[in-house]
Amino acid sequence: MADVTKMVGKAIKRREDPKLIQGRGTFIDDIKLPGMLHAAVVRSPYAHAKIKRIDVSRALAHPGVVAVFTGEDMMDINPMPAAWQAGGVKSNAVTPRALAVGKVTHVGDGVALVVAEDRYTARDAVELVEVEYEPLPAVVDARKATEPGAPLIHEAAPNNICMEWECGSKEKADAAIASAEVVVKEEIINQRLIPTPMETRGCVARYDAATGEFTLWMTSQAPHVHRLLLTAFVFGIPETKLRCIAPNVGGGFGQKIFCYADYAFTMWAARRLGRPVKYVEERSENYKASTHGRDHVTEVEIAGTRDGKVTGLRVKTWANLGGYFSTIAGGIPTTLYGRIITGVYKIPAAHVKVWGVYTNTAMVDAYRGAGRPEASYLIERMMDRFAAEIGMDPAEVRRRNFIQPQDFPYDNGLGMLPYDSGNYEPALNKALQMVGYENFRKEQAEARKQGRYLGLGISSYVEICGVAPSAWIGAVGQGWGAGLFESANVRVHLTGKVVVTTGSLPHGQGVETTFAQIVADELGVPYEDVTIEWGDTLAAPFGYGTYGSRSLAVGGTAVHKSVQKIKEKAKIIAAHMLEAAPEDMVFENGKAYVKGSPDKAKTLAEIALQASLAYSLPPGVEPFLDETTYYDPPNCTFPFGTHIAIVEVDAETGKVELRRYVAVDDVGNIINPLIVEGQLHGGIAQGVAQALYEHGYYDEDGELRSSNLLEYAVPTAAMLPRYELDHTVTPSPVNPMGVKGAGEAGTIASAQAVMNAVIDALSPFGIKHLQMPATPERVWRAIQNSRQMRQAAD
Amino acid sequence: MYTAPFTYHRAQSLSEALQMLQQNPEAKLLAGGHSLIPAMKLRLATPPALIDISRVPELRGIRREGNTLVIGAATTYYEIESSELVRQSIPALPEAIEQIGDPMVRNKGTIGGSLAHADPAADLPAVVLVLDAKLKIQGPGGARLVDVDSFFQGMFTTAVGPGEILTEVHVPLPQGVARMAYEKFPHPASRYAVVGVAVAIGPNGVRAALTGAGDHAVRLSKLEQALSGQPLNAQSIEAACQNLVDAGELMGDHNFSAEYRAHLVDVLAKRALLRLV
Amino acid sequence: MAEKVRISVTVNGVQHTSEVEPRQLLVHYLRETLGLTGTHIGCDTSQCGACVVHVDGQAVKSCTVFAVQVDGSSLTTIEGLAKDGHYHPVQEGFWEKHGLQCGFCTPGMIMAAVDLLKKNPNPSEGEIRHALEGNLCRCTGYQNIVLAIQYAAAKLRGEPVTGAVADD
Ligand SMILES: Cc1cc2nc3c(=O)[nH]c(=O)nc-3n(C[C@H](O)[C@H](O)[C@H](O)COP(=O)(O)OP(=O)(O)OC[C@H]3O[C@@H](n4cnc5c(N)ncnc54)[C@H](O)[C@@H]3O)c2cc1C
Ligand code: FES
Ligand code: FES
Repeated sequence: MADVTKMVGKAIKRREDPKLIQGRGTFIDDIKLPGMLHAAVVRSPYAHAKIKRIDVSRALAHPGVVAVFTGEDMMDINPMPAAWQAGGVKSNAVTPRALAVGKVTHVGDGVALVVAEDRYTARDAVELVEVEYEPLPAVVDARKATEPGAPLIHEAAPNNICMEWECGSKEKADAAIASAEVVVKEEIINQRLIPTPMETRGCVARYDAATGEFTLWMTSQAPHVHRLLLTAFVFGIPETKLRCIAPNVGGGFGQKIFCYADYAFTMWAARRLGRPVKYVEERSENYKASTHGRDHVTEVEIAGTRDGKVTGLRVKTWANLGGYFSTIAGGIPTTLYGRIITGVYKIPAAHVKVWGVYTNTAMVDAYRGAGRPEASYLIERMMDRFAAEIGMDPAEVRRRNFIQPQDFPYDNGLGMLPYDSGNYEPALNKALQMVGYENFRKEQAEARKQGRYLGLGISSYVEICGVAPSAWIGAVGQGWGAGLFESANVRVHLTGKVVVTTGSLPHGQGVETTFAQIVADELGVPYEDVTIEWGDTLAAPFGYGTYGSRSLAVGGTAVHKSVQKIKEKAKIIAAHMLEAAPEDMVFENGKAYVKGSPDKAKTLAEIALQASLAYSLPPGVEPFLDETTYYDPPNCTFPFGTHIAIVEVDAETGKVELRRYVAVDDVGNIINPLIVEGQLHGGIAQGVAQALYEHGYYDEDGELRSSNLLEYAVPTAAMLPRYELDHTVTPSPVNPMGVKGAGEAGTIASAQAVMNAVIDALSPFGIKHLQMPATPERVWRAIQNSRQMRQAAD
Repeated sequence: MYTAPFTYHRAQSLSEALQMLQQNPEAKLLAGGHSLIPAMKLRLATPPALIDISRVPELRGIRREGNTLVIGAATTYYEIESSELVRQSIPALPEAIEQIGDPMVRNKGTIGGSLAHADPAADLPAVVLVLDAKLKIQGPGGARLVDVDSFFQGMFTTAVGPGEILTEVHVPLPQGVARMAYEKFPHPASRYAVVGVAVAIGPNGVRAALTGAGDHAVRLSKLEQALSGQPLNAQSIEAACQNLVDAGELMGDHNFSAEYRAHLVDVLAKRALLRLV
Repeated sequence: MAEKVRISVTVNGVQHTSEVEPRQLLVHYLRETLGLTGTHIGCDTSQCGACVVHVDGQAVKSCTVFAVQVDGSSLTTIEGLAKDGHYHPVQEGFWEKHGLQCGFCTPGMIMAAVDLLKKNPNPSEGEIRHALEGNLCRCTGYQNIVLAIQYAAAKLRGEPVTGAVADD
């Protein structure tokens, strides 16, 4: 019998797209309900201030304004929850309230809410709310905020320290460093970034007074989690009283995971006013009041031998939390950073100490990669520093320290789960071959003679995907007080059409296509007969949502498992139809038959019909083919690879031109190469952007100077290169499909590839390190300083 | 995102526009709107009335009058960029214009709007300075032709007075093709000029101008003098493009300090001049 | 509130006459008054290009134009680009080449690309990238958008094209 065409592994164009290319998607601001009101927020112009008085009377009197509320009005709901307080929290996490009460802790902190008949009027009335502030001194730098005399942001957090966390062995790391042949010390800043999904965040809340039920349409990466947090923690109402719906979401990159004040105040206002209320951020509000990413100040020492063995690593990081503690802020600079700090290398002694610090800035939480880019940048920068110090080729230093294939599953000694599988050297070699490493070094030497500065940067990385086994992530000391399983329900309707409902929440990842490919193959049904549904807590089983590159490895596996259950049940029913024994049945290519007699098969559609009509089922078998799985992964998955960037620095202007970008990734088995490549492209672009362009910059007074897209340089097409991709395939043993995940790898790998290239290009000037972003002026200054120092020395 | 309210008036002719201005002294002219509307959306500008001059026929179009290229103030960048007449007579002008903003901005923005607005980071002010243009300004009392050197007077301030409209840009055309080059260092986010340097070779030698770094576009007289009477070659250019401006006179911010901008002026001037030899 | 002004526009071939507040941005007129929500808003400073539509055949950022300014004009939005049930080659290119992920920037990107190909039927990669400087995409890293536009350009020139694996 001919095998049906397999879908898995094919570059199938996405089923999500027809709607989107015709402008027929439904994004948050497209939702319009009868009687809907529009909300706008009065935001603090001060970084740190006491609120002395708020006078809403002029705003209230403005025609078209329905209501104006302040934080005091909303004291009947609780502050936002802190869902992931990592171990070592020193003081109770201070989370934002629906609106600030008594004081503001960052520019853009919400102070009052205006609700009006239309958005123009709401915005007009914002100007009419009079707020009297008493400005307080501000601090924006995490390390400085812990120093004596720094302004205190929350009484509950002395020295502005919210958490103090560590992993690894301090004794071992100290000893390794004390006795090392070579020690390199550096201060590394991982600058603040603003995630910038092209759609800002927003929501529409409706309240039905008759039933006491809320419906909340929201830009969410995790509607079930939002439902849980908003009901159980913020409103103190039964979970069933809130239905959360995520329509099309215009990018998330982490920013749409968290529980924000605006969801709460919109719901609160809808209930109070008895009319639906919409709130959609303007871009500059998104920049001032939604979460940012990264923002670490780190002191690091790497120790090793002259023949290139790394023997120790000691890291101290001040992680900026912003003015309040965001939903999962605790886990990012700890579990997802410290525990993977040694990257792809076998480093016998490592210790990481992290302080989570309040400052007068917007909250910091997960942004694409979440902790892993910071870790990967740190170790890869330091591997290059170490290589330069001992005069060894950076590729060779990496080879000498790689975890070897026979070491897997590999325990890095930092409290991480064991790395599932890996083979790091082939990816490095392939990438070196793709760039033509030897030739490049010759070209580089030639170019230098002509006063042109080329550089090549290598980044070998490993990351954590498919988060995460509940027993690990939820364990005491990790602090995420919940599991991270995922759900999937698969039903075969009586016409043979398959409907899959997932707890994952795609927002650009092509999950709909990928899941349909898996189901079509596994069930042997036409791809078009598979429908994927998600995003509505009323329809979908409980799930944790889409982030941490978990949709495929966890969500997809849940689907896969449900399909297996469907097949088992189909065999039982088919056996009954064929008057055979279930254990003699085979399910293959969409048909069930008795082993050896495929000609007398029952198709899945026939079985589904039988199961649905239900008048002739084997005893004890329930009607309908309908199976649900809650899949809790036994481990995370650990994709890896090597990225290489080639840059040319214009020494006159300091401008960096990214000339080539080569990436070899191993994301395990690939379901749809088109989609995986797309994920990598976008991920790489965000890492390149960190290396060269983006900086969420606060001045000393706490003013956000990159407060909109006029200042914050999200790269355009002309600022990014063509990416040259290839891969190796090391299937993950963790899940039956052998997949790892590809959503964040590009971002985790890329910033350091570019920075290592920039610094390689600048090595003739004796430059050993530069902080990101490598802006023209920063590069130019480094060259100037080096020239001046050389002149002084001569 | 939401501007303050205003009343809207569309002028059908130049005289009507002038009349409307007289009746609404607080009103702002609206040409392409691509400087004014962004400012209004941030509520940095809150004019009570707008007078739309984008359809005024007298302000539109490009023509040659003897040895002068006349460009109507409300002519869009795109119309200039794609004009055969311009491409043939001043090929470097479309090249400079292509560096402004993006295609959508160039479909709406006008030459007159750019010059009258006199944004310190705008590109065209430097270009018209080196092209030795004259600006025609019409007021209730009639028209006058202003020399470009006295046109830009300060940040967002020009010779266009209250109640007046910039109507035409007059560019003298040399024999053959005008030799001009514009080098721009764009801001990575806004795309406006961090520094822009224009140079042209005219009948009286090299003209050079700077935009982006000061409070308005200015001639680079130090450079012009250094090259005066000199043959134009790599050595003379290199020698002339040293410390052209004093950082103390420039603007700076956290991305681009005044000192760095001053350095860029030297580099861009050199690169622009090298394109002309 | 300023007096409303009557405007008359043709959008995607349909004539509309509306009373608008002078300050209403074209993007809000399209989205809120006409319900054409395919045109998006991604910024408040005219940078992102999510809002690009065609006014009298030219691509413009509809967040930087007041509705009153387009009185008497003929507009095309993303909803009106496909003709007789056939995608415009640029739409097709975006689908075939995986030129979109979340799809939020996509309508503006497509409208900008259509304008580009009208003015330059055979753009180089560099010209395409330059022409997209007013359109931000945070998801794709642009490479597949470039490929999508190249696909459309070839198709519009009548050259053979290869797409992704069809799903139907
Ligand atoms: C995203 C974006 C990027 C941009 N990038 C650049 C760039 O890189 N370089 C650059 O130079 N510019 C840039 N601009 C600005 C753009 O070039 C503007 O279009 C131009 O500066 C103003 O022209 P306008 O016709 O749009 O003027 P408007 O905005 O209509 O008017 C600007 C001002 O000039 C006045 N005015 C207009 N016409 C006249 C007239 N005829 N007489 C008297 N006063 C008049 C108006 O009253 C108003 O005060 C950018 C704009 C945007 C939105
Ligand atoms: S909405 Fe961003 S440019 Fe129009
Ligand atoms: S596809 Fe998401 S912003 Fe472009």
